[in-house]
Amino acid sequence: MDFTLDTGNTAWMLASASLVLLMTPALAFFYGGMVRGKSVLNMMMMSFGALGVVGIVYVLWGYSMSFGSDVGGIFGNPFDWFGLEGLKDADGILAGSGVPALVGVGFQATFAIITVALISGAIADRTKFSTWLVFTAIWVTLSYFPLAHMVWGGGFLSGSEDGLAAKLFGTTDGAATVAPIDFAGGTVVHINAGVAGLVLALIIGKRKGFGKEPMRPHNLPFVMLGAALLWFGWFGFNAGSAGASNELAGLAWVNTTVATCAAMLGWLVTEKIRDGHPTSLGAASGVVAGLVAITPAAGALSPVGSIFLGAIAGVLCALAVGLKYKLGYDDSLDVVGVHLVGGFVGTVLIGLFSTGTGLFYGGGVKQLVVQFLVALFAVVFSGIITAVVGLALKAFMGWRVTEEAEVGGVDLALHSETAYETLGAGSRVVTEVK
Amino acid sequence: MTKLVTAVIQPHRLDDVKSALEAAGVRGLTVSESSGYGRQKGHTEVYRGAEYTVDLVPKVKIDVLVGDEDAATVVEVVVKAAQTGKIGDGKVWVVPVEDVVRVRTGEHGDDAL
Repeated sequence: MDFTLDTGNTAWMLASASLVLLMTPALAFFYGGMVRGKSVLNMMMMSFGALGVVGIVYVLWGYSMSFGSDVGGIFGNPFDWFGLEGLKDADGILAGSGVPALVGVGFQATFAIITVALISGAIADRTKFSTWLVFTAIWVTLSYFPLAHMVWGGGFLSGSEDGLAAKLFGTTDGAATVAPIDFAGGTVVHINAGVAGLVLALIIGKRKGFGKEPMRPHNLPFVMLGAALLWFGWFGFNAGSAGASNELAGLAWVNTTVATCAAMLGWLVTEKIRDGHPTSLGAASGVVAGLVAITPAAGALSPVGSIFLGAIAGVLCALAVGLKYKLGYDDSLDVVGVHLVGGFVGTVLIGLFSTGTGLFYGGGVKQLVVQFLVALFAVVFSGIITAVVGLALKAFMGWRVTEEAEVGGVDLALHSETAYETLGAGSRVVTEVK
Repeated sequence: MTKLVTAVIQPHRLDDVKSALEAAGVRGLTVSESSGYGRQKGHTEVYRGAEYTVDLVPKVKIDVLVGDEDAATVVEVVVKAAQTGKIGDGKVWVVPVEDVVRVRTGEHGDDAL
């Protein structure tokens, strides 16, 4: 196959990759504002740490494991393009739109990075930084790259003729008749990260004083700043997932925006009814819930359908964040309530709202069944992999800091820094400057 | 003899209390942000559906050093200016001060005011 460069598409994909990269530091602010003042630096460092490790791993074997030649429908061959050696533009994932292979690599790398960083919110305030860094490398290799391959690389959860959807409802012209839809990563990114967050929160255990002591967000303006930057970066995530600067990118952009608007309002209305006040944390959370839910659906819905999907996701996620107190797991910053629930809802609702094949548009129930089973498969796969990796690291490295470090603040214990001059009672006094 | 008048008031009454004291001839005061509770107790805040009871509410503390004979007037001025009639308006109290020294000149007692 010959490769012809399309400068317009290439420019947009480079911009999109850069936008998605910004989402990880944005997440650092979103999460950082939500923890207590004594652990904000560690929280932000978990995002930056994931950025450092996963960025390198992706170039070495991540891309090849995601898009290399298929091994059993589960992952790509890591040695096809190990270190990106031998990768030609004509073989690139965006070759069809005239975008060079390395631009596709950059774009995809940013997705892997943000997915891993998302998990950190579930295990805030108590996790050893060293164990976290090791986890990022292993988890992205065993859970993210295989799922990315299964969904986007022609594996088991794609529309390939050996895939789950083809086995269910047959094939037409060598592809599944009812192909699963995951436009920008509802399963690969959000269900995957949400399940991993839940499993790690269970393995690592609750923070000391969880449910008894107040653990108020220490800086809500940070949270809102983070949500704003995430929204901006998400245009690269969703509109960039069109793979070109075209009508589909425009549709994804508009759908992303209106679903997010609707989810924010849905979350705020839920709060007003349940708690009496619409909160800034609720607005920021609703924004992220909407962005999550529209991610798999951005290319398959009409703008009005997206408003419904966003509103439903906003209400459901606002209700879901309370579950941890009832069920007794300490998913500190609601990775489960927002990403697992939002990702699952968005993936499944495609079966209702897809303009091509959705139940509400006369497409019958087949798409709904496919979407549900793909989402369920992602939950089980990610759950098993994360449990194995998490328990192994617990045995070999240990996940938790000492109780003293946790109470005194992980910033000081792990990084020998504090974010603020004073932290109220018990703050340190500088007695000597060397 | 010098007296120390201390008032803990609602933060939003500070400007009025300051002007009233100035009008009454008080030449200096110290203001600090503080927090505490009296009969009104704290308040509740809700974060992602989780309710937190915050015991301590923000207050402003004013310290004024005055001569013996002015103490009762200053207390009255503060109370009048700080009063809203609602629970949480605060307290004012007076204590005797053994000595006051003006750092710049070394003057003692009422001369230092």
